[in-house]
This record gives sequence, C-alpha cells and structure tokens, in this order.
Amino acid sequence: MAAPETSTAAVPTLYTNNTLRNAFGGVLSFFILLLIGVMAFSIRLFSVIKYESVIHEFDPYFNYRVTQFLAKNGIYEFWNWFDDRTWYPLGRVIGGTVYPGLTLTAGTIWWLLNSLNIPLSVETVCVFTAPIFSAFASWATYLLTKEVKGTGAGLTAAALLAMVPSYISRSVAGSYDNEAVAIFALIFTFYLYIKTLNTGSLFYATLNSISYFYMVCSWGGYTFIINLIPMHVLLCIVTGRFSSRLFIAYAPLVVLGTLLAALVPVVGFNAVMTSEHFASFLVFIIIHVVAFVYFIKGILSPKMFKVAVTLVVSVGLAVCCAVIAVLIALVASSPTKGWSGRSLSLLDPTYASKYIPIIASVSEHQPPTWPSYFMDINVLAFLVPAGIIACFLPLSDASSFVVLYIATSVYFSGVMVRLMLVLAPAACITSGIALSQAFDVFTGSIKFQLSGASSNTEVDAAETSSSTAESQTDAVKTEKPEETAKNRPSRKSKKKEREHGEKPSTKAKAEKKRLLALPLESSVISLLLLVLLGAFYVVHCVWAAAEAYSAPSIVLTSRSHDGLHVFDDFREAYAWLRHNTDVDDKVASWWDYGYQTTAMANRTVIVDNNTWNNTHIATVGTAMSSPERAAWEIFHSLDVKYVLVVFGGLVGYPSDDINKFLWMVRIGGGVFPHIKEPDYLRDGQYRIDSQATPTMLNCLMYKLSYYRFVETDGKGFDRVRQTEIGKKYFKLTHFEEAFTTHHWMVRIYKLKPPKNRIRGKTKKSKSKTSSTTSSPKRSGTKKKNPWQ
Amino acid sequence: MLASPALSDLVLSKVDRRIYLTSHIVRISSTLEVENAGPETVSKVLLAFPDLQAQNLAYLMASPHEAKAKVKVSVVSFPIDVVKPEDMPPGVTFYSVSLPQGLTVGASFTFDVLAVFTHALRPMPEQIGQADIQLVLYQDSAYYLSPYVVKVQSLSLKLLDSRIESYTTLESTKVQGSEIKYGPYENLPAFSSSPITVHFENNLPFAIAQELVREIEISHWGNVLVTEHYKLIHGGAQSKGEFSRKFQGPSAVRYLVAHLPPRAHSVYYRDAIGNISTSHLRGDSKKTELLIEPRYPMFGGWRTAFTIGYGLPLQDCLYESEGRRFLNITFSSPMIELVIDTLIVKVVLPEGSSDISAAAPFFMKQWQETKISHLDIVGRAVVVLEKTNLVPEHNQYFQVYYKFNRLSMLREPLMLISGIFFFFVACIVYMHADTSISKFSASYLAKQQWEEVRVAIQQVHNIICRCLATHDKLEASLRDLSRTGEVQACKAARKSTDGLLKELSKELKPLMTFLQSSPSAVQVLSKVEELVAKERELLEKLMAKHSTAVEAYEKKSGARDIENRIALQQQKITALRQEVDDLLEFIDEI
Repeated sequence: MAAPETSTAAVPTLYTNNTLRNAFGGVLSFFILLLIGVMAFSIRLFSVIKYESVIHEFDPYFNYRVTQFLAKNGIYEFWNWFDDRTWYPLGRVIGGTVYPGLTLTAGTIWWLLNSLNIPLSVETVCVFTAPIFSAFASWATYLLTKEVKGTGAGLTAAALLAMVPSYISRSVAGSYDNEAVAIFALIFTFYLYIKTLNTGSLFYATLNSISYFYMVCSWGGYTFIINLIPMHVLLCIVTGRFSSRLFIAYAPLVVLGTLLAALVPVVGFNAVMTSEHFASFLVFIIIHVVAFVYFIKGILSPKMFKVAVTLVVSVGLAVCCAVIAVLIALVASSPTKGWSGRSLSLLDPTYASKYIPIIASVSEHQPPTWPSYFMDINVLAFLVPAGIIACFLPLSDASSFVVLYIATSVYFSGVMVRLMLVLAPAACITSGIALSQAFDVFTGSIKFQLSGASSNTEVDAAETSSSTAESQTDAVKTEKPEETAKNRPSRKSKKKEREHGEKPSTKAKAEKKRLLALPLESSVISLLLLVLLGAFYVVHCVWAAAEAYSAPSIVLTSRSHDGLHVFDDFREAYAWLRHNTDVDDKVASWWDYGYQTTAMANRTVIVDNNTWNNTHIATVGTAMSSPERAAWEIFHSLDVKYVLVVFGGLVGYPSDDINKFLWMVRIGGGVFPHIKEPDYLRDGQYRIDSQATPTMLNCLMYKLSYYRFVETDGKGFDRVRQTEIGKKYFKLTHFEEAFTTHHWMVRIYKLKPPKNRIRGKTKKSKSKTSSTTSSPKRSGTKKKNPWQ
Repeated sequence: MLASPALSDLVLSKVDRRIYLTSHIVRISSTLEVENAGPETVSKVLLAFPDLQAQNLAYLMASPHEAKAKVKVSVVSFPIDVVKPEDMPPGVTFYSVSLPQGLTVGASFTFDVLAVFTHALRPMPEQIGQADIQLVLYQDSAYYLSPYVVKVQSLSLKLLDSRIESYTTLESTKVQGSEIKYGPYENLPAFSSSPITVHFENNLPFAIAQELVREIEISHWGNVLVTEHYKLIHGGAQSKGEFSRKFQGPSAVRYLVAHLPPRAHSVYYRDAIGNISTSHLRGDSKKTELLIEPRYPMFGGWRTAFTIGYGLPLQDCLYESEGRRFLNITFSSPMIELVIDTLIVKVVLPEGSSDISAAAPFFMKQWQETKISHLDIVGRAVVVLEKTNLVPEHNQYFQVYYKFNRLSMLREPLMLISGIFFFFVACIVYMHADTSISKFSASYLAKQQWEEVRVAIQQVHNIICRCLATHDKLEASLRDLSRTGEVQACKAARKSTDGLLKELSKELKPLMTFLQSSPSAVQVLSKVEELVAKERELLEKLMAKHSTAVEAYEKKSGARDIENRIALQQQKITALRQEVDDLLEFIDEI
C-alpha cells in the first residue's frame, strides 16, 4: 500500500532492513487508513443518532426524488424524464438539466445491493451515500498528499480531511447533495493528475480523464479543475519545468476529458462553447507549441535554432494576435461574455448583487465572514502557511500544484461561502504536510538527542526512518531526470548539472540535519503543543459534527428548561398536503420550498430551487407582494389551488418568508416594474409593525403570514421581528385557511373558487368586476357574462 | 339444512337487546331464550338481520348465557340458502347458529349473541365546521327482527353522556340518563318491526383504517418483527369551512392508542417522510401501551398514512408441537376502537420453511407468496391472509404452522463468512499473481534484464564513486604530508585506503561478471569495462605518486624536487581523472 520500494537506488546494505521496515509501515498505514475511513464515516452519523435517518434540507430532497425515479424507472427513463410536477405549467427536463453523478452513484449502489438481495430502501442508500464518499475522499487525500510529500503527510492530511467541519457540513448522513461525491471526485482527479505528472504514465492519464468525467457528472464545480490544472501547467512551463510527463498529464486530460464532459447532457456543448473552458484550450495550444519548440531545439544546432526562433516568433505573433482578436470579438459579442452568472460572480464578487438578485438571494452565495473560516477549517487556517512553506522546500511539480490549489481556493472561498468546501481539502493537504514535517523535525531531533551524537550509525538509521518523506521525494527526483534523459539527449547536460548539484546535497542534507537538530526540551514541548493543537482540532470537529451541522433543518429542536422541544412543522404540512389534497393540485410557495414540496408532499409546484426561470419566480414573487385580489388573479391564472407560506413569528424561527420577503419584492420587481421595493420600506427600514407602509400591510405575504395571528396571544407579537404586528384584524376575501401546523410555522391557504356573478351584484361591486374583466388572464378562460 | 325446522316450532320466550352506541362501532348484545314448542328436536336457531345492517355486520358471535368459558358456536353465513320462499320477507339475511346440543321438545336454552357493526352511524349533518360537534344518526327497529314469535322483549340503547338531539318515541319509551329504553313488548309475531331513529352527539373520533397491511416476520435468531402500515381516514362528518389552529375540534382524531404485547421492543412510528415525533410508550408486565399522534389532528374526511413497527421475543409467540413449529399471534391491529376496512396479514416465514398451513378463527382469503429479503437465495415463504371489515373483536390469536430445520439458520452467516473469505483469497491471489500480459514476450524479458543491468551499473557507479572518494582521501593525506611532514600518518592513511579499495574491488567483481554474462549489457559493457580499467590505471598512478611522494619525504628531499617528480604523474592523473569522470557521467545516464 505504502509504496515500499522507493529507495532501490539507495545504499544496498540497508536494503533488506528497509523492506522489512517498509512492509511493516505499509501494513500500519493500511490500518491507519482503514480507521480514518471508519472515522470519516462515523463522525457523520451524528445526525442519524441525534435526529433520524432522513434526507436533509432542500436540494437533497430533489436528488432523493430523482434517485427514487431512477430506481423505479431505470436509466433510460431517467435521461428522458420530463418532470411535469414542477415549474408548472412549464415543467422541467430533469435528465438534461441535472448533474447525474450523485443520482447515478446512489442508484447504482441501490441496484447493486438489491441484486445481492439486500433490500435497503432508496432513502437509506441516499442518506448514507455522503458518509461513504467522505471516507473515499479521505483516502483520495491520502493518495494525493502521498504523491506530493510522502506517506506521513498523506496520513495526516487524510485524518484532517476525515473530520474537517467544512466538509462535514455538506456530507453528514442525510445531506444527499452533489458536493458529497464531488469532493471525492475533485481530490481523486487531482491525485491522478499528480500521479501522471510524477510517473508520466498514460494509464494514469486515462484514469484521470475518467475521474474528471465523474467529476463533471457530479458537480458544476468541475470548472475549478479544468481551470486549475491548466494554470498549473502554465506555471510549470513558465518556470521551465516543462517535461514529457507534464505533456502526458495534460494533453489527454483535455482531449478525453472534454469529449467525455460533452457526453453529460447538462454540460453538452458547453464543454467547448463557454468561457469557463477556454483556459484549458489555450494552455493546450501553448503546451503543444512548447513541446514543438523543445523538439526543434533538439534536432537543430543552437545557431540554427536561434534563427528559427526569430522567424517563428515574428510570424507566430502576428497569427496569434489575429486569432486572439477574433476570439475576443466572439466572446465580447455575447452579453455575458460567455460566462455563466455564477462564474461571473466568482470573478467579480459584486456582479450578482448588481444584476442577478436570484443568485445573490441565496445565503450560501454570500461571501463568508471571518468567524466562518475558524468555524469551518479551524486550526488548519494557521497551519496552512506553514504547509505552503513546506511545499517550497523543495519545490517539486506536485508541491507547486498544491500551492496553486490552496491559493486559488482561498480566493474562491472568499467570494462564496459555499466554496469553502473547495478550500477544505487544500487546507487539509497543506496542513497535513506542515504537521507531518514538523513532527519529522521534532521526533528526529529527539531521537538524535537521545541516542547522542557519538554513535553515527544510529543517527543514520534515525534519519532514514524520520525522513521517509524526503527519501521518497528524492526517489521521485532521481527517477525524473533518468526518464527525461531517454527522451531528450540534448537536454541531458543541463539536467545532469542539477542532478549533480543534488547528489551531494542529499549527502549534505544529513550533515545539515545534524546541525538542525533542536534541543531536546524545546522539541518535546513543541511536540506536546502540536498534539494539543491536534486535540483542539479534533474536539472542535466533533463538536461541529455533533452540534452545528447535524440538524436536518426540516426538523428543528430547541432545548428549554422543560426538556427537548421538537418542531416538526414542515413535515406536518407536507404530510397534510400529501394526504388531504388532490394529487394534481398545484401548490404555490416561495422557491425555497419547491423541492421539498415535490418530494415530500408529492404535489405540483410553480417554482423550485432549480432557479432556471427568473420570470416564473418573479411571477410568484409579484403575487406574494401584491394585494390579495391581484395575487389571486396571478395564482388563479397559474392554476394554483394552495398557497404555502412559512411563518416563524410564533416560535421565533428566523428564516421564514417574511424575512425573505424583500427578495421576493426585488426579484418580482426586476421583471414586473410595478412592484417597487421602496413601497415596502418605511424610510429605508423593513418593518411590519404599525409603522409599516400600507403596501406592505396589504400585500399577500403579510396577510397570509399574520392571518388570525392576533388570536394566539391577543397582541400579535412577532417573536422573530420582536414587535407587535401592524395590522392585526383583517379578513381574507380570496383565500381561505386550509391548514396551519402546530407551531404555525407552515400555513397553507386555499384559493377560493371564483364567485358566481349574480345579476344584482354587478352594480354593487362594480369596481371589483371591472378589475376582473380588465385582467386578460381570466377573461380568456371564462365565459363573458352576457348581462354585463 | 336438512334439519331446518319449521319456523313456528321455535319460540323466543325472552329477548333482551342492548345496543351500545358509545363509540363509532355499534355493538348489539342480545340475550335470547329459545324454547322448542315443536314436535322434534332442534339443533339450529336462525338469526335475522335486515340487509342494510347485514352489509355492515363485521362480527357475529353466539355464546351460552351462563357459561363462563365462551364456547365458540359456529357462525355460518349462508344468507341466500336459508330464505324460505313462502313466508320469508325479502331484504333479510339469515345466519344459523348451531346449538351445542339439540334442543329437545319443550326445553329451553339461553344464549348471547354479539353482533358488531361498522359504518352504522351516519353523521348528520354530513359536513360540519371545525369547531362544531358531531351529530350522528342511528336507525334500528324497536322490535327484534326474528323469524320466530317473540314473547317478551326489551331494547336499550346506551349512548355517551352527551346530548341527544332527537329519538323516536314509541309506547313505553323511557330515557334514563344516557340510556334509552324501549319495551317491554310482548307477544309479537315473527318479522315484526318498528323503525326507530336516534340522533345524538358522538364526538368520538371515527378512526377507520381503509387499509392495513401487517407484516409479521419470523427470525429464528430470536425475534418476531411486526410492521403495520396504516392508511387512516376520519370517517365522521366531513370538515368544511376555514381551518383554524385555535379550535381543537371535538371530533378530531388527535391520538390513537395501541396495546402491544407485553414484551414488545424496538417500537417505531414513522411515515413515508420520516419519523413522527409525537408518541409515548408506556410498558408494564401485562401490556405495552403505545400512544401515537398523527402528524396533524385529523378532522372529518382527512386522511393520513403511517407505519408502526415493533419486535417481539421469539419465545413469546413461537411454539412447537408434533415436530412442527407454529406462530401464535394476534390477527388484527393492536389499536383500540379502530375499524379496518381491509386487512392483509403477511406472515414471512424463515427461508427454508416447509409444510406450511395457517389456522384462523374465522373465514378469510388465504394464499402464499415468496419474498426475497436479506441474503436470500430462494426467498421466504409468505402466508397472506386477507379479510375485510374488521373490528377489535377480531383481534384473536391465529396460528401458522410450518416445519423448519434449525441448521438452515446457519446458512446466511456461513454465506457471509465464505463470501468474505473468498474475497480475501481473491485479494491474496491477486497480490501474488503477476497479471502482466506480455510476461514471456521478448520485449518484456529484455526490459526486465535491462532493469537488472541498470541496477548493476548503478551499483558499479556507486562503487567507482566510492573509489574516487578514497582517492580523494589519499590526495588529502598527501596534502597533509606536505603541510605537516608526518610520514607515518600518511602511511597509515595509505594502508587504510588500501584495505578499503580491496574491499571495493571485491564488491565490484561479481557485478562485473554479471554484466559480462548478461546479453543485454553488451552495448554498455565496453564502457563499463573501460571505466573500471581506467579507474585501475588511475589508482595505480595515484599509488605510484603517493609512494614517490612518501619516499621523497622519507629521503627528506626538497619540496621543489618532490613537486618535479610528481608533476609528471600528476598530469597523467588529472587526465585519467577527467576520463573517468566523463565515463561515470556517461554511465550514470544509462
């Protein structure tokens, strides 16, 4: 497992001794890895133990529903699935708009288990997919870090990743989301890239493209890979580290990877059309040019080469300029410059808040705060700089990749809190390197100090044992020039020099090491401090897993003096919808609850969390911010039977619809200009008390949230906003309360059927009827009253 | 049928009927005293129910009046067969009760009949608001419907302690608290009836399970797992109008109580979307009481679906008799006062059971299925029993007999063990086998040999390097000599290097022979040999230089003289050293 034969070229007398040690180390690290996997799995089970085995949050419910469909109908039906129970009346082509990796993975696991006659339910499989894949992810981290800095660093990084809170937050049991498998795919793709880079093996390059394909299947974050790897390749070329291994690591990935990515329906031609992928093609061209230049250099004499260079550069520059100009013109001609909104908001953090309120409204697309770094990666934040320094001593292709990875991911995590997830593995890898190097130094010097400087042989042994990491990187290095030497005889001399420079340096390193040995006391104390740091990290992670991230968010609990209170209102409402409404009834709610409604209540929704149609969402937002009559018109035109609102005022649940209401106004106003945000604000203040604007107090959302609320305590005191509500007594004319959950957290209203028009009443309610006829939506469907 | 008596032969000397309207299940308990007035012995008594009632009849049981131990009397339903065309009025269904012994002439016999009806209470009004009370209507006859002459009869209706909206008043009608009494009436002819209607308040929840699937799975590892899937509806007055949390709704189904067997464990209560967190479990030695609340209070017409499950210790319900095992467990739902429209009981027997039969106290549909569960190969036999229209009185024990060999219990663990064992064996085989395709191809072999050669050359390279290092030492000792003039130290150094070099050349020998023997080393062999030769030469020169220097020092000749002497040798040495270095570099690149 742990690459025992690294030092074949080393001193032969130590060889037999080393194999035994290595074999033992291999078995040991195998068991450590096994335990790390078990830990990664079990630390994520807090949610099941504390709550129950249930799917969490919003998006996982959609994935769960898709998996159920897949399990029931098979793969072909899945690809062609047109879902008519969402985005009514538009529907959604699920097979073509979903990243199928997660669903296919869980579906395959389920199918496999069932064909082995282990009848687990789809739900169980879905709940435990994420923990299983986090175990895989920690193993992949081990492999990646091992390629970079050796086994010790690998094991440390794997252990760190197994319990990093940032990753736990997305992969607790039940959090059945794309990221759960995508992080594994991400790390594994990076591992295979590094492995190819270190070995130059085409086999690994092929595996790498397949792994990249899996990543493309799983998550939109694959663009990170297809941009980071070209960046690294470019870095290598610029710093003069071009080699055939680099070429093998990169070129097949672009060709095969792009072809495979285009097979995923949701990506399709985007794999070659959108700007996110341009960097990879550009670098693909560059690497070929560079390879060609090296080839020419090899066959021409230096003088001829110079002439050729001047010729080619002058011609090439002209051609390049022309091509780039055409490209820029093409890209600039499209309105978003070929970038998707989410990617653009990554490059320009203010983009979303300026132009796309729907992206800005999602809390996980906000930039993170400083405490969230401490919460999510904890002590790793302090270890990362040390790890980066360790990566520079000595800087290899692999370690430069890690440095690049951490640098870019730190930037991305600073833009979107969701991308903290990409930072987490990088932070774990660098911290793992830092920790293991520090341990090497400290344990090495302790050993040295204990055995004493007199016995040289023992020191040697101590060195070989303590610096396994180094010997490996050395081994990698000694292999490297040998292979290049075969390919490029002309470059031999240059490489040779470096090689020679290094040979004595390894000898000298032992010398240096002896000098670097720290005093016994200080190294013991530092070791203790490091262990303490690790212990602090472990305690924090377990706390985060148990307390912070284990809540499924559909069940809320609160602890008070008289025991545990469970707020199971969401499921209460969904169960009510499921059993007590007609199967084809349409339910309108804000898009947050769309996925849950389709999955748990099995009812058709107007909008859901896949926010693909801004106009449709804006329609619902407009309805929510309109007065009752107009809202009824809109909902009726959409064939809505029930309207669902989430209201936290009674129990103090802060993320309710009233608190999200301004986003509805903004999104609605973005499409329908008669909805104006200032109408809902009193002097720029969002309030619902007696100072609130009449528009606010008369809009549907206010009315549906606070209907008969005053009857609960006589005053109508909203515990979230900490005020008494502005308008307490009012009646609904076009809606009828159908159901309210135990803690009033979900309120469901039924649209009253349109009133029959009685002759005598036409005059009485003239204003009403005139508005009815003026609405084109209704008059189209209804028969005109002949007496009007 | 042949013994069917002339109807007039029997006389019901006394009929005492009590109708319990205290829940949504209507129970009519009648005490009948039969007298044989005819000429011959009679063994069967006919019970008559109007068709409308008979549709809703869920359970009918006759038992002797005095006897403590209830003797089950066969209840046979043959409604059509019994009808006597000449004087039987239409719209009446008959059930015949066979008495334990024939009733001789003039003798009389008293027995109780319990008839349980479902859906017999009609909500009136049919739709009520959420806060309204629920009123129901019950219709029956004040006279006992019987094909026989009834001498004395009385009827009492027991209601809940609540409002009575209206009731039919006949002669001799009395209301005592929550009880309405009709009668006594005397000497009424056969088939006399007088309809009565009671309209009263009944706020008890009308919990009806439209479908209940019970799955009882036997594991011989010590557990019987019961899973019950309910599809529940509130069968009372439909709810109408606006909902409000403020009103509790007097007739809503807020909770259900289930009496589970005493040692029930691992109880769970959930539905399609997860656990339902509102339930209480209390247990004592006699029973386990489970109180469950549906996710939402159920008003009239509302539906819900949920699942409860629990485990029972195997020894509590599995017994052995005559070489066969049998499961003895209650048939129906443990919920109290629950009407079940359709009940399907599935008994999943362990894999490998044979000779299966089921014995139930009443008639029902029966068939067998197979279910494939954890690690099954052929699947488990499932006995399926289906019955419609059930009331709590049906909750009786039934038996499923089967044969099972204890050894088949070991099959699944053994399967797992062998599976894992073979997995490891496969791993071991894989680790030890070389799976490369081109094992015996020339290129593979050549590559392998080349690898060996490379290793050898590398070793040669190392050795030469070390040799050169010792050369350096010699040089250093010479320098020391020129500085300090200590001849002895220089000689000692020479000796030690001699020893070292000898060892090194010894190490070199096997490598060289290997290289010479290896066919793939041909192209490099010359270079290596050249290297070794040059090194030898270099060494010789160096030694010569060393000895001349030492000699010179011993002779105490002048420094210039020594240098002159050495200079020539030194030139050669540097030239050689250069060559050796070049060769080394070349070899290193192989």
